[in-house]
Amino acid sequence: MEIAHPTSVNEALAGLTEGVTPLAGGTDLMVEVNFGHARPVQVVALRRIAELKEWEGSRIGSGVTWRRIERDGPTALAEAARTVGSPQIRNAGTIGGNLGTASPAGDGHPFLAAVDATIELASSTATRTLPWAEFFVGVKKTARRDDELITAVNLPGNLPERQAFGKIGVRNAMVIATVCAVVTRADDGRVTVALGSVAPTPIRAPRGEAMISSITSPKDTDLIEFQRLVSDEVRPITDHRSTEEYRRHGAGILARRLLERCLR
Amino acid sequence: MIVEFSVNGEQVSAPVTLPGSLLDLLRDGLGLPGSKDACEQGECGSCSVILDGELVCSCLVMAADVAGSSVTTVEGIGSEEALHPVQEAMHQAGAVQCGFCTPGFVVAAADLFERNPHPTQTEIREALAGNICRCTGYGAILRALERVATGSAQ
Repeated sequence: MEIAHPTSVNEALAGLTEGVTPLAGGTDLMVEVNFGHARPVQVVALRRIAELKEWEGSRIGSGVTWRRIERDGPTALAEAARTVGSPQIRNAGTIGGNLGTASPAGDGHPFLAAVDATIELASSTATRTLPWAEFFVGVKKTARRDDELITAVNLPGNLPERQAFGKIGVRNAMVIATVCAVVTRADDGRVTVALGSVAPTPIRAPRGEAMISSITSPKDTDLIEFQRLVSDEVRPITDHRSTEEYRRHGAGILARRLLERCLR
Repeated sequence: MIVEFSVNGEQVSAPVTLPGSLLDLLRDGLGLPGSKDACEQGECGSCSVILDGELVCSCLVMAADVAGSSVTTVEGIGSEEALHPVQEAMHQAGAVQCGFCTPGFVVAAADLFERNPHPTQTEIREALAGNICRCTGYGAILRALERVATGSAQ
């Protein structure tokens, strides 16, 4: 059997071993296929597994599409969803597929990092839940083993009411992020900042967070210092999409503007 | 491997090779060249089809994964005798230049009006954000679709 079409997670896991490629929305995998960079010979197609499309409270099934998240997700995750590709891409692409690909530019990742989400991985023998920081291992590398399936994303029960997503790119639609970020601010003033496209994995900016979280009513000078700290904390590279310098500069400015939105 | 599914309301069964795309199967295997092959990375929308009710890029769908599914291509939208309102409006407005992107725009716009018969200008633009016209003929396309949206198409 070259392709399996399981209708349950257990059935999918039974067929998942080394050399078998899980297929979610296909929006990343098929680009690799079309350009000759990937040649999967055995595929487990996940599209027919209703369990993976379940979304109960703070547990989002890995098969939930960006289209649904755009409509029903928490504010900053919905904002991120709206910038994933085009309507065509959002109809197919899923949050689990986004995690499986683990592109440094994954639009969904900064939100998960900002709220300290966990990732649920199941194998035929056990289920484990990893903090986001342990799930992302490197550029397009995750802690998922060949026999595991990403089954869900768990968000904390109480999300900060103030949260904002932003993305820098060359146009408004259909763009892969040059920098993307999420800032949250809790009622007690605690701020989290997470950024994408500026390191091999999504990252937080702990020094910027600590500095701004200690100030009840930040003034303009505090915001500028926050921006400087965030710029200093990212680890971007120069590639065909942008330069290290521009990404570093943009990361600080984007984080400051998102924080300003949270302070309004 | 043989894949069986429905295309434009007709049951078909066709040989596929993993990991080929639905786009290649439609064009080369089923003689349906309306869906265009351009970017092969989901950037241009010229291969747009409706898969189980959802607008998607057929270049990003694995052909073997459509078993049991229902696909509508541009060939299944309107007919030469009775154009779909989107096709009629685009024809009237001269919203076709080289024509390469046209099938993708027709499928995406037909999907939009199916879900939202009276979209705003912004909703039309957002719904078409995944379709690129390399001739940059967007003005006429938008004017045509605004006429459909307001019911003023001829």
